[in-house]
Amino acid sequence: MTDPVLATRDITKSFGAVRASDGISIDLRPGEIHAVIGPNGAGKSTLIAQICGGLRPDSGTVEFLGKDITSLSGPARAQRGLARTFQISALAMEDTVLQNAVLGALKSRGGRLGYFRPALGQSNLREAAFEALHRVGLADQAAVRTAELSHGQRRQLEVAVALTLRPRAFVMDEPMAGMGSEGSRQMTQFLDTLRQDAPILLVEHDMDAVFALADRISVLVYGQCIATGSVAEIRANADVQAAYLGQDA
Amino acid sequence: MTREGWINAALYAGLLAVPLWAWATDEPFTITLATRVAILALAGVGLNIALGFGGLISLGHAAFFGIGGYAMGILASHAQSYTPLMETPFLIEGTKSMPVIWLVAIAASSLAALVIGALSLRTSGVYFIMITLAFGQMFYFFAISWPAYGGEDGLSIYVRNGFPGVNTLDPIQFFALTFVLLSLALWLSARLAASEFGLALGAARQSPQRVETVGLSPFRLRLTAFVISGAITGLAGALFADLNRFVSPTMFSWQLSGELIVFIILGGVGRLFGPVAGAALFITLEHVLGGLSDYWHVYLGLLLLVVVLFARGGIIGLLAGRRVAHD
Repeated sequence: MTDPVLATRDITKSFGAVRASDGISIDLRPGEIHAVIGPNGAGKSTLIAQICGGLRPDSGTVEFLGKDITSLSGPARAQRGLARTFQISALAMEDTVLQNAVLGALKSRGGRLGYFRPALGQSNLREAAFEALHRVGLADQAAVRTAELSHGQRRQLEVAVALTLRPRAFVMDEPMAGMGSEGSRQMTQFLDTLRQDAPILLVEHDMDAVFALADRISVLVYGQCIATGSVAEIRANADVQAAYLGQDA
Repeated sequence: MTREGWINAALYAGLLAVPLWAWATDEPFTITLATRVAILALAGVGLNIALGFGGLISLGHAAFFGIGGYAMGILASHAQSYTPLMETPFLIEGTKSMPVIWLVAIAASSLAALVIGALSLRTSGVYFIMITLAFGQMFYFFAISWPAYGGEDGLSIYVRNGFPGVNTLDPIQFFALTFVLLSLALWLSARLAASEFGLALGAARQSPQRVETVGLSPFRLRLTAFVISGAITGLAGALFADLNRFVSPTMFSWQLSGELIVFIILGGVGRLFGPVAGAALFITLEHVLGGLSDYWHVYLGLLLLVVVLFARGGIIGLLAGRRVAHD
């Protein structure tokens, strides 16, 4: 078996009496989409925060590209190629689409931030930004203020910014959230092609998307990972049906 | 050139034309007013880097303004009385040289901004405002209770400090010095805003999460902006003290921090020439309305209310329309 790109090893995080993560071990292998599902309050957001550096686990480790990154800050993890997208778009709304994409490329091109170099005047940054915008289909909108984009376009821009990081792994928090069925379908197709760039840890509520995309699925319930397996295995798993899929599976 | 560019050019030309006209018609008082505008605008340009670009509402920028002022006052008073600043472990003498005073003012206020910023930037929102206010007040009360340099009465410097090749006592020549420094600060501010750093700082204001996800630390971006901001405001403080040939604790007062914020809101938050427009309007109002009534602040308050309610982009926003994204 190939080494995982990203893995949590028995991570635990408590908030007072609530165990939001209770010994979670999941891994993300090269080329795969690994979906994490679970009912509200199952600890998905806490898990993501520990993977991306927003929260430090009480115990256990997070490994990325074979290194223990548990004590690294969020920005340091991003610099190593851990690209994250948010459930609620976190973009610089007053800036243009191009500026947001260039922002992503700044640090991944190495070196220190320039205090005098014009950010938009550098061909390597612009090329990286436009390449990412092309991939998500936003290149025509480069000069538009981000606040004027539709909801779906903002989600696409989130992914474009993640792409400019030259990511080694994606962590996506509900990329379909708030999209119409057509938008979800397009995003599903797009994510399907994205796994060639880097594997994706996908937290998503849209079950159609999850079943269409995921190579493996992990199910979180009350901070515990109760099952990990292929789509067929998860569909057939009695615990999962009882805990989560319940009525609509 | 964009509409905002034309407005900026007009403001810049106006700030130069008024004192030149006053010089030609022998109105030294008007030149002094223009010099005040240039110096306060410089302080505002400094604050605008933190407040406008970085979204850091500092109610303590008077600390840097005052540090710049006292850097001038302390150095010049020792030179004036021929007593060294300190003799052990090594000798430091006072000076009447503006370039040296400016460098000391910039160094001292950057250092203060580094310490104040490192502590206050761990908070945000209203707590940040309160902590910066508290630091400003600490300096204020320290200056009041420091008898060596005048305490509450302040410190008078009898002769304006010198600059090689310039007669600084001639109002128009002193104005020229301040105008050159303001121009440099505006140029620096424009370059910063368009730079990689400026892009990242602006993004940190709008979405700190976003900046972290692309591998940058919002804290470091903000601290850098705060230090640059404090340094420019400190330089303005040294010039202000030289303009008045007087330093007192009021330079540290929170009212002054508030006035600097008022300049920026009046002129347009985050606009390159916002502080220039704001300071010019403020000084003009102070002069015109102040002549009519002692209670001119009431009218200033009304104006501020109108700007905040109906012209969120300040005067420049009102005239230039919504900010055009560069490129």
